[in-house]
Amino acid sequence: MLKDILKILENDARTTSQQIATMTGTPVSEVNKIIEQAEKDKIILKYKTVINWDRLEDEQVWALIEVRVKPEPEVGFDSIAERIARFEQVRSLFLASGTYDLLVVVVGKSEHKVADFVSQNLAHIEGVQGTVTHFVLKRYKDDGEILEGGEGVKRQPVIL
Amino acid sequence: MKKPGQNLKQHPSQSEGLISERTNRLSPSGIRKFFDLLANMEGVISLGVGEPDYATPWHISEAAVKSLEKGYTMYTSNSGIPELRQETVRYLKEKYSIDYDPFGEILMTVGVSEALDLAMRAIINPGDEVIMPDPHYVAYDSCVILAHGEPVMVPTSQENNFEVSAEDIEARITDKTKAILIGYPANPTGAVMSRQKLLDIAGVARRHQLTVISDEIYARLTYGVEHTCFASLPGVRENTILLGGFSKAYAMTGWRIGYAVAPKEIIAAMTKIHQYTIMSAPTMAQVAAIEALKTGESDVVEMVEDYNRRRLIIVKGLGDIGLSCFEPHGAFYAFPSITCTGMKSEEFSEKLLMEEKVAVVPGSAFGQCGEGYVRCCYATSLAEIEEALNRMGRFVKKYRK
Repeated sequence: MLKDILKILENDARTTSQQIATMTGTPVSEVNKIIEQAEKDKIILKYKTVINWDRLEDEQVWALIEVRVKPEPEVGFDSIAERIARFEQVRSLFLASGTYDLLVVVVGKSEHKVADFVSQNLAHIEGVQGTVTHFVLKRYKDDGEILEGGEGVKRQPVIL
Repeated sequence: MKKPGQNLKQHPSQSEGLISERTNRLSPSGIRKFFDLLANMEGVISLGVGEPDYATPWHISEAAVKSLEKGYTMYTSNSGIPELRQETVRYLKEKYSIDYDPFGEILMTVGVSEALDLAMRAIINPGDEVIMPDPHYVAYDSCVILAHGEPVMVPTSQENNFEVSAEDIEARITDKTKAILIGYPANPTGAVMSRQKLLDIAGVARRHQLTVISDEIYARLTYGVEHTCFASLPGVRENTILLGGFSKAYAMTGWRIGYAVAPKEIIAAMTKIHQYTIMSAPTMAQVAAIEALKTGESDVVEMVEDYNRRRLIIVKGLGDIGLSCFEPHGAFYAFPSITCTGMKSEEFSEKLLMEEKVAVVPGSAFGQCGEGYVRCCYATSLAEIEEALNRMGRFVKKYRK
């Protein structure tokens, strides 16, 4: 039941408890209880909206930063990652296999601000051995949504 | 010199026999007027569609694009690409434990529509009767008439969840009866048939040596019940034509790809007609269908889960606004009764469209027993369903008797 509810909310966070109750055949009170528990358990972290800021010509710069780090004894990558994660500019942070260790997704107001973050903050964290910054030139798809889609599928209004 | 078109004036008008009698008999369309009305309106929420609101999963479309790049642009064998026939047969075996020979017992067609037409033309002699439930999908009676047969209606009703009973079918059998045509899960009602009721029909068909044509295009869209494939019932194989397709399960309506499976003799006859009228189903669509069968299962499961959520919302919503609706367990239609408004279904649909800009299909378009109902398709976004229910609620409140 929890999984069903999470799937519904992940697809549309505005689905009401009433609607979820109908969709899953569960009393509303039960749905609310399950959601509250999931929030407490940090399964549901936040309800957010996918926005295409480019449509507002609002300058927003995205960068993907590869970071090579020297793992620390016992805690490995975790303590460095936690330190990097504290910065608000960091939208996402992943440990990845391959030629680098951490992938940092940074969103800033300008390229300048992002560069500052790398040189002033990121590079100085102990254990960081090197960074490679890739500025995002265009976002095509984010959070499963295509940003600059065509007109979408047009259906005939009535089909028998 | 004659001007082009001048001759047209000399042609007899409809009443004088230009158009064949059987074509003139096809139900047309009081409903045409309604479509025209709709075409010119903006801001309409349509629950009048009969297809998924998904685009075809991209990996399926891509298979077709790749086939074009490779140059697969020619006819295929009349029966269809061998790999597609094999995959379809494998799929049917896996799902319903039925065994058909990919070489001789299956024909790939231009949607189930073509398969239905071929089936009728292959088995009907002039005057033969074909028994079918009322209400039913609009092409059922038309295809019988076009094949020079006579459709015979078996009334079904909300009280019986629009299931057709073997008893009622048997009561309409005459010495001219040739076949029984059923289609469950059903358009327009969303009804499904229990295994037992299908077994009863199989019994009637056997006793009277009738062919059963089972249109199972909505087979994958069932909710909380398992679909019973008619062809999987014991002892029916020799007299059953099973029709299926890709449109509804894989969101592939525009590809026009379906199939018929039946014993060799019937498929051979259908293939003969197909060969002279169609040649072969579109090649790119056949390639896409192979991809759908091979890797499309998870898409189907996900879409069905999502239809089910919307189904539950619309059925409850219709009840809440005072339109009684039996719970449909298949397809993507709800079929509420509108008799509380005192209106006929065409009047209801037209007024609802004009006053609240919600399009539904009058049940009368699907046969006399559809009168008093409207078909609401819930393959549209949740937000649109909710808004449509709001508007319909206002409308019903106003006209409630």
